Amino acid sequence: MQIYLPIAELPVNMFLILVMGLAVGFISGMFGIGGGFLMTPLLIFIGISPAVAVATVTTHIAASSFTGAITYWRRRALDPALALMLLTGGLLGTTAGVWLFSFLRAVGQLDLTIGLSYLILLGTVGSLMVVESVRAIIRARQGKPAEIRRGGSHTWIHGLPLKLRFKQSKIYVSTIPVWGIGFVIGFIGAIMGIGGGFLLVPMLIYLLRVPTNIVIGTSMVLTLITMAFATIMHAATNHLVDLVLAMILMVGGVTGAQFGSRAGQRIRSEQLRLLLGLLVLAVGLRFAFGLVLQPEELYTVRAAEGPL
Amino acid sequence: MRRLRYTAVLALVLAMVRPAAAERLVTSLSNYRVSIGSTFAGADLVLFGTVDRDAGTVARRGGYDIVVTVTGPRQPMVTWRKERVLGVWVNAESRTFVDVPTYLAVLANRPIDRIVGPELRRRLQLGLDNILLPQDIAGDVADVVRDDPFRMAFVRLRVEHGLYLERNNALTFLTPTLFRTPIPLPADAPIGSYAVDVKLFADGAMLARESSAFELYKVGIEQVVASAARNHGLLYGLSATAFALMVGWLATVVFRRD
Repeated sequence: MQIYLPIAELPVNMFLILVMGLAVGFISGMFGIGGGFLMTPLLIFIGISPAVAVATVTTHIAASSFTGAITYWRRRALDPALALMLLTGGLLGTTAGVWLFSFLRAVGQLDLTIGLSYLILLGTVGSLMVVESVRAIIRARQGKPAEIRRGGSHTWIHGLPLKLRFKQSKIYVSTIPVWGIGFVIGFIGAIMGIGGGFLLVPMLIYLLRVPTNIVIGTSMVLTLITMAFATIMHAATNHLVDLVLAMILMVGGVTGAQFGSRAGQRIRSEQLRLLLGLLVLAVGLRFAFGLVLQPEELYTVRAAEGPL
Repeated sequence: MRRLRYTAVLALVLAMVRPAAAERLVTSLSNYRVSIGSTFAGADLVLFGTVDRDAGTVARRGGYDIVVTVTGPRQPMVTWRKERVLGVWVNAESRTFVDVPTYLAVLANRPIDRIVGPELRRRLQLGLDNILLPQDIAGDVADVVRDDPFRMAFVRLRVEHGLYLERNNALTFLTPTLFRTPIPLPADAPIGSYAVDVKLFADGAMLARESSAFELYKVGIEQVVASAARNHGLLYGLSATAFALMVGWLATVVFRRD
């Protein structure tokens, strides 16, 4: 069934979008991520302009991360204080990101920036995940115990001033890196249309040494609020959020996520990380081809920002 | 300018001198308001028309020719060209087209170059090659040569999207004076007012012209969503967020396992 999208201004097959929502939702539930890094490229590949795709996916992620946040809240598996601190940086980052987004759109370099950011970010993160999980799998095969990540070791991050104690996470760290991480996540989230969960989780674990059981819930809260804020900002400044598209994506996404999380519990965590790593890498490579190969069409036409 | 005025005065005088001798065009569209609903997948309008003759009209040996030009709402557009920079293809050069039609259809009963000569084609802007597409060149606004690569790419891309079209056989004569032509509107035709300009030719000269218009507009939820997004951005964003939260919350209720 064809449905006309009022903001993207083109008709799409409703079932195709619903299936995409379900599939990405399944994957996001399985890995405990928002799935924006998959959804945004998929929308771009089916012909929706990158700008509308990015802005609309933020709405979709707000919905799916709210579902996650509620679930983790019920289990008390999140740290509100840490989330609040991350958020301070996150909202600033989102504001800056939306501003840069508008600027890049005006000078015609938004698509390139989105492509390059995806390539660099997904390429790096994907490779790291694949290498790390393959090592973990080999180690498990050899019968050695899993590497213990959380230790008493201190890095330069722990020497920074403005220290604060986060009770739930049982950490005592400076607020500077917390703000910094929040800013980075909010910033790239607004530009790339991703929640940033797959970046935030390792950052919190490795840099701030937050316990693993607290990390996902806390990251969900941060994602929820930055994405809700990004939706409002994108809607208010660029008028690009397509509610009809977002609605279909949300319904598919939250449903798929439920099945995905059940499937995820049956797979071993290092294998899960390997799969996710390969997926991330594949999306990154797809962008790489798009940037490096000579495009069939060198010209593009778009409406200029003019009096309407 | 002065020459134009003289021509206009001359035409007016001629029209007054022999009103009975000229042909008149009478046209009608199948639909003057085309609505875009949630199931809109393009539309085909039909233009009907007749050449009105009277007793004083001289016989035309070569028969009549009609060229219909449909012009969609105008908007500034930018054409970008990609170039390879450090191994990556980036949008390097751009040209801004000032207030060009977002939709353009040229429909005729036979190839336009056989209907009128090149001089008149240019003056009347007949066909995609002759339509004015002014570019903003360093503050100056002018149309460039026909084989300008940006102009050619612009027209080619619009044609590929079905938003610009030139059809030499779309218009058919049902009788020597009664004609009809479909006006194909693609699914992503921009909303707004469309001008329909019908020109009648015989023996390489224009005999009459007639203009009308139709409107493409959004209805129902499409209209509500689009206008809310544009006019009440903040409110729209807030409700989108509220809606997202509701869906997220509903999911936890529906799928709650305990």
